[in-house]
Amino acid sequence: MISEPILKVENLKEWFPVRRTIAQILKGERTWIKAVDGITFSINQGEIFGLVGESGCGKTTTGKLIMKLLEPSEGKIIFKGKDVTHLEADKLKEYRRNVQMVFQDPYASINPRFRAQDVLEEPLIIHQMGETRAEREKIIRRALEEVRLIPPEEFMERFPHMLSGGQRQRVATARTLVLSPSMIVADEPVSMIDLSTRAEILHMMKTVQRELGLTYLYVTHDLSTARYFTDRIAVMYLGKIVEMGGADEIIDNAFHPYTKALIAAVCEPIPGKSNTIKEVPIKGEIPSAANIPSGCRFHPRCLYVKPQCQEDEPILKEIDLGHQVACHLIS
Amino acid sequence: MADTNDILKVENLKINFFTRKGKVYAVDDVSFSLKKGETLGLVGESGCGKTTTVLGLMKMIPPPGKITGGRILIKGEDIIPLSEDEMREKIRWEKISMVFQGAMNCLTPVYTIGKQMMETVQEHKEMEYLQAKKRIINYLNLVGLPEDIIRRYPHELSGGMKQRVVIATALFLEPEIVICDEPTTALDVVVQAQIINLIKRLKKKLGLSVIFITHDLATEAEVADRLLVMYAGKLVEIGTNEQIYGKRGPIHPYTEKLLKATPRLHEKVEELSFIPGTPPDLVDPPSGCRFHPRCLEVMEKCKKDIPSLIEVEPGHWIACWRNTND
Repeated sequence: MISEPILKVENLKEWFPVRRTIAQILKGERTWIKAVDGITFSINQGEIFGLVGESGCGKTTTGKLIMKLLEPSEGKIIFKGKDVTHLEADKLKEYRRNVQMVFQDPYASINPRFRAQDVLEEPLIIHQMGETRAEREKIIRRALEEVRLIPPEEFMERFPHMLSGGQRQRVATARTLVLSPSMIVADEPVSMIDLSTRAEILHMMKTVQRELGLTYLYVTHDLSTARYFTDRIAVMYLGKIVEMGGADEIIDNAFHPYTKALIAAVCEPIPGKSNTIKEVPIKGEIPSAANIPSGCRFHPRCLYVKPQCQEDEPILKEIDLGHQVACHLIS
Repeated sequence: MADTNDILKVENLKINFFTRKGKVYAVDDVSFSLKKGETLGLVGESGCGKTTTVLGLMKMIPPPGKITGGRILIKGEDIIPLSEDEMREKIRWEKISMVFQGAMNCLTPVYTIGKQMMETVQEHKEMEYLQAKKRIINYLNLVGLPEDIIRRYPHELSGGMKQRVVIATALFLEPEIVICDEPTTALDVVVQAQIINLIKRLKKKLGLSVIFITHDLATEAEVADRLLVMYAGKLVEIGTNEQIYGKRGPIHPYTEKLLKATPRLHEKVEELSFIPGTPPDLVDPPSGCRFHPRCLEVMEKCKKDIPSLIEVEPGHWIACWRNTND
């Protein structure tokens, strides 16, 4: 599985300007919402990389930056050895053929007036793939088979309202596959789907990934699906990666207090807990990205805070092979 | 199942929706009871009738739906014959209240939290303004919010704080039964855990009986003393927390499948199992056992005869032909 990184992200930042008051304009002050504040990671060819964190931690913004739906404020994105941080329109189109996205809400991401066939044909027309209608239909059929909507003929004619949530997410995945991309960004692809079907969709996505040798960036807030689905996980907090490593390693040997809190908070189907209060080792709620705490940005919520944490910002350090943590508790 | 401790008893509840496509059997012959101080979990996939059942308990079924049969006894009093006015004056929010699904996103954006809560009090109780305000502050503190929240607008609060406001509003008129419909679904894991802890603390402190709805069996394990598993408008399994999550585990194939599809964080599994297919259209539910088209252990009998709930061990009821020999 270990091979060349297909995607490299270096010190990527996305700062959104905050609207200023007249006084601030006159003083020349600027404030920013630091949604993504300097992250570095790489994803290997054929790997499923999970980006995990609470809402507001910048994981979706990172996904959008990689999709090039947003222009980064700073930093670099390198895809297959080429710098793609800033692209012109025609290059961008080429890039987007290679990197596709599955969105969170399958009820909103598919045009209700398109049949499944039209949904899948549109990207082919845009990217001028498939000369004739018959040829395009062949590609569509293959993509539908790939996501197990079988027989494809039956599903091609259906409108979205005739499909269940799980089937819609399959169509959304098929839409990315028709372009034969090398990487797919999946932003919470199963969070809107019923639990019974969730496993089925993840299973399908994993099978497709293995068969076609795809690379996924899986953005989620759910650690338990991340463990099952991904090879490596990066945990984000307020725009920074706080811990990164192999999926099993992160869950079984979490080091960062934030990761530990996330793990402790996950509900598990084990008996006899209905009368006990669950201890989650974390204080309060996530602060706003417009007002990031000094030093380690996790320190106001951390139970193990030291004086140093309020001043110095910790950097990612390797504590075990491939396991990196940004925390002052590492001696 | 008769017990003097039962604060709520539902007998053969039937709810139908009369749509253009035909009669929808949304809740079909559901019976259960809720003991004082107990948390009852209601689980199932979306569209299986969980929310409709509890809306029935509040008598708030939206048209074209209607309660077409059964009894709902709150402390021995049947509420089905009561008129809308009587429901509003005596039952809703005073005896039984509800935290609606997504309610935290339904707070009026142009009113302060204090004003919205004040409206609820004034609608139900004759109370001096200052006294009511004091009471609001009391309840806000009870759910772990500071006093100054009453002057804030919903957009100034986080999701977790809004959910706490909604819970405070539901408790406000001192109901004995509180229904929570997916109260943690849209929240982050850490906030989820905080809200679950809050509900547990309040239950103990105020002696509440709770009905907790979710589609997630893992969440239910943390809160429910007893579980009701629903499929396609029918109860398929009733069991205690230990019976469902313990060594023996659930007996009904549906519950079993649902539990296997629940990812566990501390277990590395290569393949999660899932339930193929989707829940049936309830205009024309499958004959016999409603789960039979998706069941891997289906027998001839399942396709013809409807199984009824049978007690297989004390307190553990299932409706399945495979596991009840007769």
